[in-house]
Amino acid sequence: MPSVTDIVEGRGICICAGSGGVGKTTTSAALAAGLAVRGQKVAVLTIDPAKRLADSLGLKELGNTPRMVDPKLFEPCGVEMKGELWAMMLDPKATFDDLVRKHAPDAETRDRILENRIYRQLSNALAGSQEYMAMEKLFEIHQEGRYDFLVLDTPPSRNALDFLDAPKRLTQFIEGRGMQMFMKPTGFATKVVGRGSGIAMGVLKRVTGLDLLTDLSEFFQAFSGMVAGFRERAERVSELLSDPATTFVVVCGPQGEPVNEAVYFHRKLVEAKLPVGGVIVNKVHYEADEEAEGEAETDLHGLLDDALAERVADNFADYQALAQRDAENVEHLQRELTPKAVIRIPYLDEDVHDLVALLKIDRYLFATEEQREEMAAVGEA
Amino acid sequence: MPELLDKRLVFVTGKGGVGKSTISVSLGLAAAARGKRTIVCEIGGQETASRVFRRAEIGFHEVEVADNLWAISIDPDQSLREYLLLQLKVRAMRDMLVRSRIFNYLAAATPGLKELVTIGKIWELAQPDRRVKKAQDYDLVIVDAPATGHGIGFLQTPRTFAGIARVGPIHNQAEELDRFITDHDATGVAIVSLPEEMPVNESASLEQSLTDDIGMEVDRVYMNALYPERFSKSDASELERALEEADGPAKAAVRAALSEFRRSKSQREQLQRLKRAVSSPVKTLPFIFKPSLDVPSLERLSGALV
Repeated sequence: MPSVTDIVEGRGICICAGSGGVGKTTTSAALAAGLAVRGQKVAVLTIDPAKRLADSLGLKELGNTPRMVDPKLFEPCGVEMKGELWAMMLDPKATFDDLVRKHAPDAETRDRILENRIYRQLSNALAGSQEYMAMEKLFEIHQEGRYDFLVLDTPPSRNALDFLDAPKRLTQFIEGRGMQMFMKPTGFATKVVGRGSGIAMGVLKRVTGLDLLTDLSEFFQAFSGMVAGFRERAERVSELLSDPATTFVVVCGPQGEPVNEAVYFHRKLVEAKLPVGGVIVNKVHYEADEEAEGEAETDLHGLLDDALAERVADNFADYQALAQRDAENVEHLQRELTPKAVIRIPYLDEDVHDLVALLKIDRYLFATEEQREEMAAVGEA
Repeated sequence: MPELLDKRLVFVTGKGGVGKSTISVSLGLAAAARGKRTIVCEIGGQETASRVFRRAEIGFHEVEVADNLWAISIDPDQSLREYLLLQLKVRAMRDMLVRSRIFNYLAAATPGLKELVTIGKIWELAQPDRRVKKAQDYDLVIVDAPATGHGIGFLQTPRTFAGIARVGPIHNQAEELDRFITDHDATGVAIVSLPEEMPVNESASLEQSLTDDIGMEVDRVYMNALYPERFSKSDASELERALEEADGPAKAAVRAALSEFRRSKSQREQLQRLKRAVSSPVKTLPFIFKPSLDVPSLERLSGALV
């Protein structure tokens, strides 16, 4: 079973994907820190890091451009920083605005778009626009070529498709496919081409209210000159995702539902012909031997008073039940995966929100499966 | 103000992975047990209810899953179609519209329209006098709302829409939805949190935006999956001592006990943080040591919910 080293070997980008609440941000940060410690110049693009984690990295004001984490912070953890760790927090709105500024033919068009109410809703409301902006920023930083390795922590998508379809969805929206044919310079809401469509517009007006249509029409007109540039950009962003230098890592938790989602996500990545490196399962209860419970109980009575021994045994039984559940789910995961790279990170005793804890995760990430088993068996966390 | 389960509509919201679906279904069981005709709405095909009650996929249908308890999985496209059906009395016009390319395009492209019709469907379910023909009435609608981030945007849609469409039917309907979800007598909110750093932070900011930006009132915050306090501080020092002497399985058991002690302690700290960070009452729910949550575990949970 591989370590994360095998997954990132020879790559330049790792995209950490998965549903919300599974520890994607922590995993991304741990991976980036680990690679940096080992000598690479790494940037991690994160979406919403825990404040305490950002604080502990000395990144109080994470901005929309990467900042370097002070290498001195690693010294108290007994770790020598051989490379450089850079971190940034993605601001989807600012990224979108930058993109508009870059592509707008003139200041007037730029302002018309930036001030349009549909546009202002877009970066929040259109499914996939946050996801697209994460890719866009990744592409931009990759183009600059200032780092050896980039780690992208993706937004908590409702499902895999929100992420994977994001470039297509956004371009389709901006292109206004099916919309332009109805547009006249005066705005399609007032002038409509063709029979049948006239009735459709009439009904639409009744249902939606005219203003919405006017805003949309204005938006598409302002955007029409930039469509080609946007589309071309989105294609290049998509290409970067399937580039041989990119690898996807799916992050999940050990419970049934997160595992099922990871399986689904993995399948969609494979179908989309995107490179999948493996799956990282967080917060796993490592299993002790099957007979351990009974044996433990007898031995415990020799070590502790009876009442406490009993509580320890009860607790152990509960723990073992969770460990068994986790083992079954990980097994299920492994059956579904190609390649069968599953990295299990144990459930640590404390929340991960500082560098010390991050580096603990790191030790598991970069260990082989055998080393992980060993570390977990001696309770190294 | 009425109790949570005495309202007509309850949104269960919170960060991803905190147990919103589980709690929504458990709340549904609790309300049903009190004799309330209750429906649990899932959004975007999660189908937790179908798994828990071992049903085939529920989909966009109101399906009875237990006594007094129904479930539905709300699909935005079907909600939009149903909405048009109710809006347009002339069948030919409706059919033409649904088939029309520009309409489908517009529907897909309009930011927030899907969320709006989804909330519209939820509102429709919560009306004592349903719009859908021959539909039955419910006393309570419980919504397993999308995760935070998407969540605030989702609940904000009616207000946003009322702003975008300044006049016309959508404007009026968006305003009506907004009025309903911000009417504290009619609509309640339960935020679900976990005893960990990020979920606690997010619960606090969620409560603030729900209250300040949307004008909803948060009824309570559930601190979910709290470990029992099995070991005291003096137990812990006993355990530390025993860890030195033990080996084999006993050592693993002692280590598991110490882990439990530390986690439980850090969870209690997070619970205190949550209580300080939110102004709504906090209720704690026990961690359930079960490989997967079945109906009896959810029934146990539902006892702790109210």
